[in-house]
Order: sequence, then structure tokens, then C-alpha cells
Amino acid sequence: MSRATREAYRDSLLPLLKRHPELMCLDSDTGLFSAEHAAAADDQYLNLGIAEHNLMGVAAGMAASGRMPFVNTMAAFATSRALEVIKIDIAYNRLPVRIMATHGGLAAGHLGPTHQALEDLAVLRVLPAMTVVVPADATATEAFVEQSLNLPGPLYVRLGRKPTPALPPAPPPVIGQAQTLRRGGDVVLASCGPYPVLACLAAADALAEHGIEATVLNMHTLRPFDTETLVAAARPATLVVTLEEHWRSGGLGGAVAETLAETAPTRVLRLGVPDQFVDEVGSQEHLVAHYDLTAERVVRAVRTALDTAARSGRTDRKEHIS
Amino acid sequence: MTVTRVLERDTLDTVAARIRSHVVDMCAGPEGGHLGGAFSCADVLAALYFSVLNVDPRRPEDPDRDRFLLSKGHAAVGLYATLAERGFFPVAELAGYGRPGSRLMGHPVRAVPGVEMPTGSLGHGLALGCGFALAARYAGRTSRSFVLLGDGELQEGSVWEAAIAAASLRLDRLVAVVDRNGLQLTGSTESISPMEPLADRWRSFGWAVRDVDGHDPDRLADHLDAAPWEPGKPSVLIARTVKGQGLPFLAGRSASHYVTLSPRNHARAVRALRDMEVAG
Repeated sequence: MSRATREAYRDSLLPLLKRHPELMCLDSDTGLFSAEHAAAADDQYLNLGIAEHNLMGVAAGMAASGRMPFVNTMAAFATSRALEVIKIDIAYNRLPVRIMATHGGLAAGHLGPTHQALEDLAVLRVLPAMTVVVPADATATEAFVEQSLNLPGPLYVRLGRKPTPALPPAPPPVIGQAQTLRRGGDVVLASCGPYPVLACLAAADALAEHGIEATVLNMHTLRPFDTETLVAAARPATLVVTLEEHWRSGGLGGAVAETLAETAPTRVLRLGVPDQFVDEVGSQEHLVAHYDLTAERVVRAVRTALDTAARSGRTDRKEHIS
Repeated sequence: MTVTRVLERDTLDTVAARIRSHVVDMCAGPEGGHLGGAFSCADVLAALYFSVLNVDPRRPEDPDRDRFLLSKGHAAVGLYATLAERGFFPVAELAGYGRPGSRLMGHPVRAVPGVEMPTGSLGHGLALGCGFALAARYAGRTSRSFVLLGDGELQEGSVWEAAIAAASLRLDRLVAVVDRNGLQLTGSTESISPMEPLADRWRSFGWAVRDVDGHDPDRLADHLDAAPWEPGKPSVLIARTVKGQGLPFLAGRSASHYVTLSPRNHARAVRALRDMEVAG
């Protein structure tokens, strides 16, 4: 079933507000909360206007006084415009502010590069004390919102805009623990976010038909990074492919490459949006296809890499080349 | 209203003189410091910590305490001197300012007792103050939140984001003080980015405004004690000050912004402060 993660966030937060008076929902006129939603939240909802620096600063001040604010803005404005407040007032003070960032990745679609966020994961995962998550579907979003109530320190949640497909049924993900969606000893496909994770699952099916067994990791938490699960999956594999709705630099691919370079050197192919601003109109799905963040691309990348490796004698997996 | 006048034998003037004296000593250390802006707000700091703020160094986490934020965080040396004088940490620790291993950094950090939030990047304090004031209101507390802003700092747009929000939220237990010394790093605010008519600007944003002499700590304390001045409105005290006030060879000069006092100038400064005390 398709559902927008931002709506899953909103709908899961509203009942929590009633049960937890210390929670606040601070908005920057995003429109995610209708007048009815705001009324349901009573005085725990405040629309502070279009002022993201102020939004984060007010949230920090409230959090330093014992409240737990959920702040709503778009990922682009949270991480570029308000970054300094996140760094100094929120992360440095380890305050429990929940930054609920909609329109993550390519989700802003036709709205263009001003509203797309293809750098947010890179930027936020370097900040000490931050927790950075990318729920892949509505179920994961609900789980993360619930889990955030017991999470010390600040949290960034990258959400989407329009409905995106659900992952196949699995136990709800836990913040900080990568989800192993499929096990295979030849390659690791690591991804985060709705379309990339689904693409990796489809790619694993297709690769199996070529005799290549893939482990599929949903690495929904960029920080703290689940090094243990990644390294365990990578040890037997000859190749790790990452796929994300993010510029190729610094995001999940960067985290995976950094980790493996130090602990379990393995070839890493980072698939993502090329390092350029989006140059044409399109829905999220259109742009995902335009930049080839697809199962076919993953399959191609894996087969080409294994083929090349085999030709140069760097692997004993020649049986995979057909 | 809780008034925590902690003075016994002292006056606010003598406290302000001691704050300036500590600042002079710190600025003679290896790194120097933001002397001019610490001197211009020394009387405000004395008034706040020794007359206005409901804070208790023995209970720095008391949820009912008033909050103070030095949004112009570069005046850290002034805040450190004030906090030490008020008993948040030993005065002797001030000698470590700017020296390796000390927690007294060039801009305030939370590791220093009494510092509510790290500040230094300009334009952050007023939004934080809104958050403090809002949280106090939700908790049903009568505590107040005070934010000391530099006048050059008002060039940061985020100050005005917060000014709009504070008025819109009717945060009348939020009090801003503008240290209106008229100078920023390289020159006068009016030559770089004019601020006047400053009182009208704040008034037009929905704030109650008082425009006063920033070097009369007793009067400053009276004004600050009396806030909120208009129900439903946040208050801003424009404190007309002189950068480097009290040091004839630096007062009113941009050169006082950041100073590393040589031994000779340190001695001159100590003498000047002594003369000021005698004259005062």
C-alpha cells in the first residue's frame, strides 16, 4: 500500500501528543497540519511562521526547558538554511529536538532544486550527537516516531512528500539497527529510503536469476551507523553497492565506503544522484528513473563489476559470469 | 516578582567595577579578549545578576530560575567575571581564561557553571529566549527570560525572525537588552548598516521599548525589574552605552573590540579603573 511518510508521521504524532504533555509540534507553515489537525493537537501545536532559524532556536530553547519539540520543515530548509542552529543550539547541547524534514531526496519533484534535498544526509551525519534516519515507508515512520520518545539527543527524520510504496512485511525497523531484508554471500546491496530499498530488493531477485546471491540491507540509520551489521554482511562479499536518493558524495555511500575502508576493505560502488542540480521537471518517480536509481542499474553495476573483476583475476566467482 | 538583590555592603557600581577589573586582567592574558563589548555591558550584567535575575548559584538547575542568554557571546569575559563574582565558580578560575586546558573559552560554553547555552555565533539568542519563555509559559512558571544582544548583532536577520515570533506569541516574560554601544568590529554601526531609529524599529515589531542610559546600573535594574512594561508584549531595553567605557585610552573606539593588553597597557587600565572608582 502506498502512503506518504510525512502523513504517517503526522498521524502517529497526534495521538502521542495527547498522551505525552511534554511533546510539542512546532510548524513553519508547511501545511502538513490542517486546521483540524492543529485543533486536535490543541495548544501543543504552534505554527511559528516561515522562519526556519527561529523555528529551530525556539525548539532548542523549549527542549532545554524539558520539552520535546517535533519541528516541521522541508529537508532543504532544515539542513541548509537552519544548519547552524541545528549544529550549535541543538546538536552541541544534545537537546531532544525531532527535526521532521519533508520533501527529502527527490521527493520535491517538479518543485525543483530549491526544494530538493540531496545533501541532507551528508551534512547531518557529520554532526556529533545527531541521530539521522530515513524511514523507507509509513510503517517505519510510525516506528521511528514512537521510538524517538525514548531517544536522548536530537533526531533528524527524512520524510517524503507524496505516497510511496510500502516495503514487503517485516518486523518494524529499530533506530540504529540496519535491517537485513535478504541474505546472500556474493554481494551486499545497501540502501535507504522508499525507492532505493525497493530497487535493491528487486535487484536481488534479478541477480539471483544470474546465480548471484545478494544481502539486502536497509540502512535507515545514517548516524549512529550500524557498522557491525554492515561489516558482517560485507566480509564474505566481493562487492558492496549503495543506492540512495542523495548526491553521490557524503550520504549513505560515503558512510559505507568510510566504514569498510577502515574495517573490511571491500569494493564499494556508490549509486546516487550525480553531483549536479536536477535539470528537468518530473515527479519523484520520474526523477528516480531519470537518474537511473533503479533495480536494473544495480543489476548492471553488479554484473559489470563482477565481470571486470573476474577478467582481471581479482575474484574466484567466475561462475557468476554468464 | 522575585527580586534577588544580593548586595550587602556593595553597590551595583562597585560590582560593575570589579567585573571590569577582572576583564582587564583576562585581556592581559595570552589570548586577549573582547574587552570593549564586555565593558559596554558590564553595568547591565551587574544589574541583572546582582539585582534582577532570580538565580541561585547553589541551585543552577532550579526549573523556576530566570534564564539569561548572552547572545553577544563574544562578551564572554564580561559574563565569566559576572558569574564568578556572583558565586557560580571561584573568582580564581578567571586567571585560567584563554589558557590551555581551561573551560573558559573565548565564547561561553555550557561547561561553565551558570551558562545556559553556548553563544557566540550572532543572532541565536533571541530565538532561544523565545523558546525558554514559551516553555515557562507552558509549564505555568512566572520566571522570566533575558537576552542581551549586541547592536551590531541586530544586522543578523534571525534576530528579527525571533522579534516577530516573540510579539506574535505575546511573550511578555521575555526581555531583550540591546547593548547600544554604536560600534562593531570595523567601525560604527551607523556607517556600516544603520540601526536608527532603533526604538521605533522595535516598537513597530510589537515590542515595548525603553531607551535608557546603559551605564547607570541602579536605573537599569529598576527598568528590568519592572518588565513586562506592557501586558502581552515582550520588552526591549535599549541601553545606550560606550564601548570600552571606563578606559580613556580605549573608550568609544573600535580598537577596543578585541584587545590583548600589554603589561604596560594593563597597568594603565588598572590605574584608569582605580581613578574611575575614586571619581565615582
